[in-house]
Amino acid sequence: MLDLRGKSATGDRAFRWIAIGAAALVLLVLGLVALVMTSRAGPVLSKMGVDFFTSARWSAPDALFGALPFIWGTLFTALIALAIAVPVSLGVALFVTQVAPRWMKKPMVYLIDLLAVVPSVVFGLWGVLVLSQHFGLGRSFLTAGIILAVMITPIITSLAREVIETTPPSDKEAALALGATRWEMITATVLPHSRGGLVGAVMLGLGRALGETIAAALVIGSALGQITVNPFAPGNSMPAVIANEWGEADDMHKSALIALAVTLFVITIAVNLVATAIVQRSMRRSGGKA
Amino acid sequence: MIAGANLPLDLRRKRSWRSTKSTLMTLLMGAAVVAVVIPLAAVLWSVISRGAGVMFKDFPAFFTAEVPLISRKAGPGMGPAIVGTLLSTGGATLIAVPLGILGAVFLHEYGGGSKFAKLVRFMTTVMTGVPSIVMGLFVYLTWTLRFGYSAFGGALALACLMLPVVISSTEQMLKLVPSNLREAAYALGTSKSRTILTVVLPAALPGIVSGALLAIARAAGETAPLLFAVGAAHAYNPHLFTEANTALSLQIFGNATSSFVAAQDRAWGAALTLMTLTFMLTLVARIFTARFALKR
Repeated sequence: MLDLRGKSATGDRAFRWIAIGAAALVLLVLGLVALVMTSRAGPVLSKMGVDFFTSARWSAPDALFGALPFIWGTLFTALIALAIAVPVSLGVALFVTQVAPRWMKKPMVYLIDLLAVVPSVVFGLWGVLVLSQHFGLGRSFLTAGIILAVMITPIITSLAREVIETTPPSDKEAALALGATRWEMITATVLPHSRGGLVGAVMLGLGRALGETIAAALVIGSALGQITVNPFAPGNSMPAVIANEWGEADDMHKSALIALAVTLFVITIAVNLVATAIVQRSMRRSGGKA
Repeated sequence: MIAGANLPLDLRRKRSWRSTKSTLMTLLMGAAVVAVVIPLAAVLWSVISRGAGVMFKDFPAFFTAEVPLISRKAGPGMGPAIVGTLLSTGGATLIAVPLGILGAVFLHEYGGGSKFAKLVRFMTTVMTGVPSIVMGLFVYLTWTLRFGYSAFGGALALACLMLPVVISSTEQMLKLVPSNLREAAYALGTSKSRTILTVVLPAALPGIVSGALLAIARAAGETAPLLFAVGAAHAYNPHLFTEANTALSLQIFGNATSSFVAAQDRAWGAALTLMTLTFMLTLVARIFTARFALKR
C-alpha cells in the first residue's frame, strides 16, 4: 500500500502506541501471572522439593504437602471425561456433517452450542443435587468425569465439525462412486483426512477439562489422599482443592495451594499449546481456515 | 451383471454385511446426538422447573430482597447477587473490550507479520488456556491482598479471562474487512488512525459486538475467578471498588453443597436467573452475527 500520509500526525502516532500498549498488555499480564504465582509457590516448593509431586500425603497441620493424589485426580477425571466425550462428540460431528439433511444442520449446531452457554457452576449444581443424588453415583471421580464430559463435548464437537468439513467433496464422491457405503466412505476419506485436526480438538477438550474448577469442586467428593482407578470412589483434583481449601488456609498452606495452581497452569498450557499446534498444522495442510 | 437371456435384471441392492454395518454406524451417530441432547434437556428441565418455582413464589422479592443471613431460612433474595454479577461483569467489560479491540487493531492493522505481533498472537492463545482459578488466585495476590474484597477485584479477574477472547474474535472480524475500504480512505488522504476509527472498525462493528457479547456471557457465568476476590456479602453493595460483594455464580456455588432445602432452592433460583442472563446475551450476539456481521 502506498503511504502518502503526512509525517507530522501526532494523533496518528499516539493511536499507534496506544494499540501497541494494549497488545503488550497480554504479555505483561501473562508474565506477571507466571512471576507472581511461582514466587508465591516458592516456599512450599523449596521445602517439599520433588516430594510435592510424588508424595501422597497432604496434611496442612503437619505442613506436609504432597500433591500426587490431586494430580492423579485431575488426570483421572479428565480421562474419564475424554472417554465419554470423544466418541459422543465424534458421533455428533459426523452425524451433523455426513448424515443430517441440510435443514437439520443449523438447529443442531445451535443446540450443541447451547451446552457451551450453560455456566459451569450450573452444571455443578445439577451434578451435585440431581446426578449424584438421584442416579446413585454419589460424589466421585465418575460424577466429575460425566459433568466434565458434558462441558467439553460442545468444544470438541464444534472443532471436529470444522475439521471434518474440510474434507474435499471429490474424495467423498470418489469413494461413493466406487461403491463404498456411507461408513466406508467415512473411514476411507473423512477420518484419514481429518485425523490431525481431530487429535487437536480432543486435546483442546482435555485442556478445558483439566482447568475446569467449579463443577469438579462440587461433585468430586473432596476426599483426601485417594489414588485409585475405581471411578466410583470419591477423590479430589487440583482446582477443586484450591477452591475448597483456600478459605481456611494459613500462609504455608496457601503457598501449597498456589503451587498446585502453578502445576495446573503448566500442565494446561502445555496441553493447549500442543493442541493448537496440531490443529493449525492440520488446518493449513487441508487448506481450511484455522 | 450378466443376467440370463430373458430374465429381468435385478439391480435392487441385497442387504449385505457392509450396508448393515453402515446403517449400524449411522444409528450410533444418531445415538450420540441423543446422548448430547439428554443432559442438555435434563439440566434445562431441572433449572427451569425448580428455579421458576422459587423465583415466582416470591415474585418481585426474589430479585430485590437481600440474601438471608441464616441460610436454612426459607425465602427470597438474590438482589445483591444480581447487582454483584452486573458490577463485576460490567467492570470486566469496560476493561477488557476496549483493550481487546485495541490489541486486535494492533495485531491486524499495524503488526501484521512482525515478530512482536506473532509473539502477542501466540501469547493470546496461551492466555486463552489459563485455567480461570489461576486468574482468580493471581488477582487475589496482586489486588485483593492490598485493596481488600470488592466487585472490582472480580472484574479484574474476569477481564484477564475476557481479554484474549476479545482480541482473537476481533482480529477475526478485522480480517473480513475488505482492504479496498482502507485503500479508498487512504486515497482520500485520511490518516491511518482515522481510517481505522471511522472506516475499519465501523465496518467490523457488528461482528466485534457479537464476539464481545459471547465473551461477556461466558464471564457472567464464571465462578472461580470471583471466589477469592469478591468476598461474601449478604447485603446490597452498589460500590464497585469497596467492600465485599457477591455474585449469582458465587451464591450458586455456596448454596449447592448446603444440606438445607431453602438454600438449595435459592441456588436453583439463582441458576435460572444466571442462565437467563447468559442465554439472552448469547441470543443477542447470534442476532448481531446473523443480521449485520460481515460474512466470510
